[in-house]
Amino acid sequence: MLGLNKNDATLFLVVLALTMLAPFILNPFPEGSGMAQFNAGYPDLMQRFVIFGIFAIGFNILFGLTGYLSFGHAAFLGVGSYAAIWSLKLFTLDVIPAIIFAIILAGAFSLLVGFISLRRSGIYFSILTLAFAQMSYALAYSVLTPLTGGETGLQIKGTDTPLLSNVADGEIGRANLLGAEMSSGFDMAVGSWLFTFNLGYYIAAVAMLIAFYLSIRIFRSPFGMMLRAVKSNQQRMNYTGLSPKPYTLAAFVISGMYAGLAGGLMVAMDTQVGPERMFWTASGEVVIMTILGGAGTLLGPVLGAGFIKYFENIVSKINKDILHNWFAFLPDGFEDVMVSLVYPFVGKGWHLTLGILFMLVVIFLPGGLVEGGQRLIGLFRRKSKSSEAGKADGTEPAE
Amino acid sequence: MSKSNFTRRGVLKTGALAGAGLTLPTYLRAQDSGFTNAPTGDSVTLGFNVPQTGPYADEGADELRAYELAVEHLNGGGDGGMLNTFSSKVLDGTGIMGKRVDYVTGDTQTKSDAARASARSMIEKDGAVMITGGSSSGVAVAVQALCQEAGVIFMAGLTHSNDTTGKDRKANGFRHFFNSYMSGAALAPVLANAYGTDRKAYHLTADYNWGYTTEEAVRSSTEAMGWETVNAVKTPLTQTDFSSYIAPVLNSGADVLVLNHYGGNMVNSLTNAVQFGLRDAMANGKNFEIVVPLYSRLMARGAGANVKGIYGSTNWHWSLQDEGSQAFVRSFGEKYGFPPSQAAHTCYVQTLLYADAVTRAGSFAPCAVAEALEGYEFDGLGNGPTLYRAEDHQCFKDVLVVRGKENPQSEFDLLEIVEVTPVEQVTYAPDHPQMGGAAATLGTCNNGA
Repeated sequence: MLGLNKNDATLFLVVLALTMLAPFILNPFPEGSGMAQFNAGYPDLMQRFVIFGIFAIGFNILFGLTGYLSFGHAAFLGVGSYAAIWSLKLFTLDVIPAIIFAIILAGAFSLLVGFISLRRSGIYFSILTLAFAQMSYALAYSVLTPLTGGETGLQIKGTDTPLLSNVADGEIGRANLLGAEMSSGFDMAVGSWLFTFNLGYYIAAVAMLIAFYLSIRIFRSPFGMMLRAVKSNQQRMNYTGLSPKPYTLAAFVISGMYAGLAGGLMVAMDTQVGPERMFWTASGEVVIMTILGGAGTLLGPVLGAGFIKYFENIVSKINKDILHNWFAFLPDGFEDVMVSLVYPFVGKGWHLTLGILFMLVVIFLPGGLVEGGQRLIGLFRRKSKSSEAGKADGTEPAE
Repeated sequence: MSKSNFTRRGVLKTGALAGAGLTLPTYLRAQDSGFTNAPTGDSVTLGFNVPQTGPYADEGADELRAYELAVEHLNGGGDGGMLNTFSSKVLDGTGIMGKRVDYVTGDTQTKSDAARASARSMIEKDGAVMITGGSSSGVAVAVQALCQEAGVIFMAGLTHSNDTTGKDRKANGFRHFFNSYMSGAALAPVLANAYGTDRKAYHLTADYNWGYTTEEAVRSSTEAMGWETVNAVKTPLTQTDFSSYIAPVLNSGADVLVLNHYGGNMVNSLTNAVQFGLRDAMANGKNFEIVVPLYSRLMARGAGANVKGIYGSTNWHWSLQDEGSQAFVRSFGEKYGFPPSQAAHTCYVQTLLYADAVTRAGSFAPCAVAEALEGYEFDGLGNGPTLYRAEDHQCFKDVLVVRGKENPQSEFDLLEIVEVTPVEQVTYAPDHPQMGGAAATLGTCNNGA
């Protein structure tokens, strides 16, 4: 199907089903119950899941296949975001041109950065990309304030009158797709469950499916094979008369365009850009997402992105009050002990919990969450079969 | 193409699921009430969006304490705090309009992206009808715009940049805290009295939005007093060692150094300046002086003995003797064991003002609440008679000029109030050039879905 082999097609259909049914899957707990705290099926987080999924998929094309660790990928996300917001402010409130501009500009910028940075490899390459990203951040934060809005960032204002959109005087324009606003959608109540369907999410989800499909095709193409060759032994590749530079540069630009797509979508869903989107911690985050999920695997980066965004948005919101509710059934003194034991790991301590989980994954599951999943499947299947399936899935860990 | 079998099955399955889904009862979020997140049960949810990690985590923690206290008082717990001194008496300790006040918290990380994500989850998932908090102007502007778009009320926390109620003002957003312009206007006369009118100032400015508006405000008000600005140098926000910026100051011919820095920046630059002996230096035959336009207790604590004798401005200080401040300091102190900061004060007051406005309006609908707040005059909340101006949703009240105390009694007793600058002196026209000029408008209020 679609030029995919059987296993890839299955994987793609699974991802298709997961993204399309996400409003159900992410809201497993009824409204009003204590567990509703853990529901993730609201538009903002669902959008973030797929957008960061795209970002990580793109990063994985570079890092997972060629082994080049870029530490400045957030810069391309940021450049894409700024391109998209200017398109919304000046050109049209429709999101499609905004996203296209974002991809083009991020691609151009990554061509420049890649052309310079790829003269070196290994740690020097990482440092060069990091330097570029920090330069972009500093530029956006202060030097280019007229263009980027500085620390405050850019938003659509009442004074903006895009060329092709009719906005009433003083009305603040909203991003739309052929007139349908990103926030539009409907709720569906089933018993005490509430499922939210949101147009913005489905647009982002379709973009992610396309991105995911392209990523499978790249992984399976001769081009993908060349990228793997760069990773496994660049010297040997040189000796056989092949120059790795065009391949790595192409991979770099492709992954930069993926980042631009993610940046453009972020602006389409939530029309605001700030420079901290380009800060080096944002670049580090996508590295962690990819490694956590499983570098070099197809599905890993998406899982990693979802994992981290879930922690950032759900676990960080558990406060002391909620903990007291949970442990209310315990005797008084015991309740306080339990709360003070758990509290450091939730709420503002979400970084700590995530850090511990990251360490556990890296130590015990070097192939990331995907390897964890494979081991689980392996438990239920006969040994020979599972190892075969693992290979055919193309979900082998990178390192 | 070996998979047609599977696909057909998948399609059938998906189709069956979708069909089942469609036959179930569905309804749109646009409720009968006509505004976003209308509270339906016996409780109402407020969203407290504060920095819990990152550079302003201290301020965020203090803000959260104040919010919890405000919720307790609104629900009739504790000693009632400022509810007893507030000039409006419609709040009776039964929540807001008889609905118990619940709250959700989130972490802004002092990043506008994270702050907006957190605020959106409060609006979309938790059904918050009002968002408040924040400890930096970038975040305040970003979240304010989000609330405008989503159709909920935003009550700004600690944000001092002119832009929040200047060029980025929004109909759904309100600020109680003072701003850069007010700091400049309040400080200038006091500085002229203390240091004379023929001073030459050298500015070090944090290289971001708040720094720019503060520098502009202090510059224009001191220059109006006869001061001269020798130089203004921008410093990177991430700078921790300011020696290279301080060294040229003494030879520049300036005799006053203005540090437009906040938080850790100010702590480091002031410490460097004192280490370089600027406090003891003489320039142009006068004592060299240092000025810090925006002071906070948490900063003063960080800079330690270096703040002694240095002028600055603040929104509120716990040593104020009026009834409202006393009541607030008492209940905060009883609950947490130390006095509240200015960030805690503004957040507490914003929560009460929101609850009061809802009750007076008789509705949670943002447009009704905004109408109740616009042009509202109140008293008894620690700053004396205060006006929520309708044109830009900025509070106008007296501004405190403070000075680092020479002999502090405790780690909280670091600042002394030098002068309370009356509100007339810090009032400006809504279309003041520093506030975005005539182009800045509130837009129309948004009730959301």
